[in-house]
Amino acid sequence: MSEEKKEKKRLDLKRRSMPKQDEHERVKNFDEVALGYPVETAIEEARRCLQCKKPLCNQGCPVGIDIPGFIKFIVEGNFSAAVKRIKETNALPAICGRVCPQEEQCEKMCVLHNKKAPICIGRLERFVADWEAAQGKAEAPAMAAKTGRKVAVVGAGPAGITVANDLALLGHEVTIYEALHECGGVLLYGIPEFRLPKAIVRREVDYVRSLGVKIVTDFVVGKTRTVDKLLEEFDAMFVGSGAGLPWFMEIPGENLNGVFSANEYLTRVNLMRGFRFPEFDTPVKRPSRVAVVGGGNVAMDSARTAVRLGADEVHLVYRRSKAELPARAEEVENAEEEGVIFDLLTLPIGLIGDEHGWLRELECLRMELGEPDASGRRKPIPVKGSNFRVPFEALVMAIGNGPNPLIPMTTPGLTLNKKGGIQTEEATGQTSRPDIWAGGDIVRGAATVISAMGDGRVAAAAIHRYLLGK
Amino acid sequence: MYRIIERRMIVPNLHEFIVEAPAVAESVKPGNFVIVRPDDAGERIPLSVADWDASAGTVTSIFMQVGGSTAKLARLKPGAAVPTFAGPLGKETEIGAFGTVLCVGGCYGIGSIYPIARALKEAGNTVITLLEARSSYLLYWEDKLAAVSDKLIIVTRDGTKGAKGHIDRIPELLQRAGAVPDRVIVNGCTFQLMRTAEITKPLGWKTIVNMNPIMIDGTGMCGVCRLSVAGKMKFACVDGPDFDGHEIDWDEFLARRKTYNPEEVDPLRRSSCRSHF
Ligand SMILES: Cc1cc2nc3c(=O)[nH]c(=O)nc-3n(C[C@H](O)[C@H](O)[C@H](O)COP(=O)(O)OP(=O)(O)OC[C@H]3O[C@@H](n4cnc5c(N)ncnc54)[C@H](O)[C@@H]3O)c2cc1C
Ligand code: SF4
Repeated sequence: MSEEKKEKKRLDLKRRSMPKQDEHERVKNFDEVALGYPVETAIEEARRCLQCKKPLCNQGCPVGIDIPGFIKFIVEGNFSAAVKRIKETNALPAICGRVCPQEEQCEKMCVLHNKKAPICIGRLERFVADWEAAQGKAEAPAMAAKTGRKVAVVGAGPAGITVANDLALLGHEVTIYEALHECGGVLLYGIPEFRLPKAIVRREVDYVRSLGVKIVTDFVVGKTRTVDKLLEEFDAMFVGSGAGLPWFMEIPGENLNGVFSANEYLTRVNLMRGFRFPEFDTPVKRPSRVAVVGGGNVAMDSARTAVRLGADEVHLVYRRSKAELPARAEEVENAEEEGVIFDLLTLPIGLIGDEHGWLRELECLRMELGEPDASGRRKPIPVKGSNFRVPFEALVMAIGNGPNPLIPMTTPGLTLNKKGGIQTEEATGQTSRPDIWAGGDIVRGAATVISAMGDGRVAAAAIHRYLLGK
Repeated sequence: MYRIIERRMIVPNLHEFIVEAPAVAESVKPGNFVIVRPDDAGERIPLSVADWDASAGTVTSIFMQVGGSTAKLARLKPGAAVPTFAGPLGKETEIGAFGTVLCVGGCYGIGSIYPIARALKEAGNTVITLLEARSSYLLYWEDKLAAVSDKLIIVTRDGTKGAKGHIDRIPELLQRAGAVPDRVIVNGCTFQLMRTAEITKPLGWKTIVNMNPIMIDGTGMCGVCRLSVAGKMKFACVDGPDFDGHEIDWDEFLARRKTYNPEEVDPLRRSSCRSHF
């Protein structure tokens, strides 16, 4: 037997699964579905890590977490050291461990990936972050001396929170301006409680506040006060205003009653707690047949929300095939377990209402896959004459969001990129205005939590250099 | 928290609501609205701004008690506070030197048309203000409006003040006043907005209506306030709330306004008496 074969024998290729709420139970509540690793399982999973000399997983992480480093601490049972190691580059591990598309990032690069058994990095990250939270007070980080420089941050999503965190630690005086009445951005109003408990988001926001960051809610920059007016009081500004402009398909009937943007649907339930109407005042419809159009995380979240609101049948309507679904694999699996019906290779072409303006039917075309398109995915082509109609009482459009135009519209001199977002220099996040930086979805269009945080980290470093030189 | 300076019923079912919100008062323009949440369990609802005092840092709205949220607002007393008061939102009403402008106000819009009339007057226009109400006891701010208008016309359904009838009498009343408006601006309930637009369309009078759909965030994020204008989807919160009244799909708009009536308005209408609705 060769050396290599012996080595293989010792490999533990069993990815440790994470306990979940039973699917029959969880469809009746909004509590978190995934329950997290128990200590023993976390250590077992961590032991599977080969501690590669030249690890690749780090390179898959947009913020370059020292992955083998923190995993080694877990093996040793030194969880506090593990969290500390992660927090050197990622301020929000409890969130990233839950919502990062790991299978596309760190876990895809793991050497065990070609054995179909990459280390469950996200689950381990979540484990140590939750362990820390359970200990009560997180260790206070070292803070630099006050610099007397003032920075305004627009938007309290992951990008803005990261910038505020980093700059506060470096001694700058930071104020976050947030349009809504609560902080967190999409983490709060978009991603549902059953996937990311809002207590975690609030904990992270409170932590940033504990660093001395001032947070002003109900403040719509560009409207309540313009960027230029704010800059009279601040030395620099970071814009992390997100991709808050829902797209529709531009097909007939989209303004019928019963048709919602995913943002509206999810905001009613998450931010406004409509699932507890009438205890909370914001109503949310509870129809029995719901269609959700789209195939990303937003679509999965909407469909699973509809299930929990008591729908008898929830259909996910997606124009490509299952292989192309952009949502996290874990969430597709959860949706399937919860009874969401996947109408794949199906293109909505029109919505039909009744005489009172309420949605009654959805008209669709069947699709087939052709040649790969610019995105590398096989292009769906409509099958002629395959029109069919299905009755629905509600439909949620979850086909994406564009950059929020409020700031670009009200700020002269900001160059825009092709997507209509704010143009930045990649290495620094600086915009065409020398004292304004930007990052997250307002730059990239709808992207990911971790890339928004990564942008925040880069911008914070650049802002720091700028302020020191000032 | 935003302190309430005043909250009083000025005419039956309509409340004057003055809130301390210096940042809003500093930036607000005619035609803007604010988003208010009555308490921590409350909805986010849009209210048109009717007046403000930048030096005192206060903003005034007039609201009608309709559903659960406005009922909550109506119970708040001066000295209390609301947790959310965000704004000013929406595009401001276009103010230019148009010539003669007819400002039409009804319901809460008698309040919100006021800063518009004032700004138009300051911009050198001839301002004719027309107020419409079911009866004289539902009129308010007549003095304020008279002070910024060249002519104030009043129409009541029951004829207890001014001309008897309703909004349909606009062409005839204007003719009597010897005026042809270069522009009409309407603030008020949906029916009044729609009816005015219908009346002015054959006359070719450009008519701007200040729309009042359901909203949540008011910043373009949720899209619940969408409507069709000249066949295109628009968001009232960021593209409006002012639109050309002749280009709006009114049937669709009216249907969308009623989306949550079964949840919000109907429960309040019911009484324990079975013969009541
Ligand atoms: C339903 C849903 C599910 C998702 N699931 C995932 C997932 O599983 N994994 C993942 O990685 N990503 C996911 N995403 C994407 C991810 O949430 C975003 O990429 C990320 O939140 C972007 O962060 P951000 O800080 O750029 O913006 P946002 O999170 O959008 O935050 C922007 C903030 O700025 C505020 N704001 C906007 N304009 C102004 C203004 N003018 N003045 C003041 N404040 C303003 C907004 O109110 C908001 O709070 C999901 C998105 C949605 C909608
Ligand atoms: S932050 Fe995301 S990409 Fe980075 S290690 Fe954690 S799960 Fe992987």
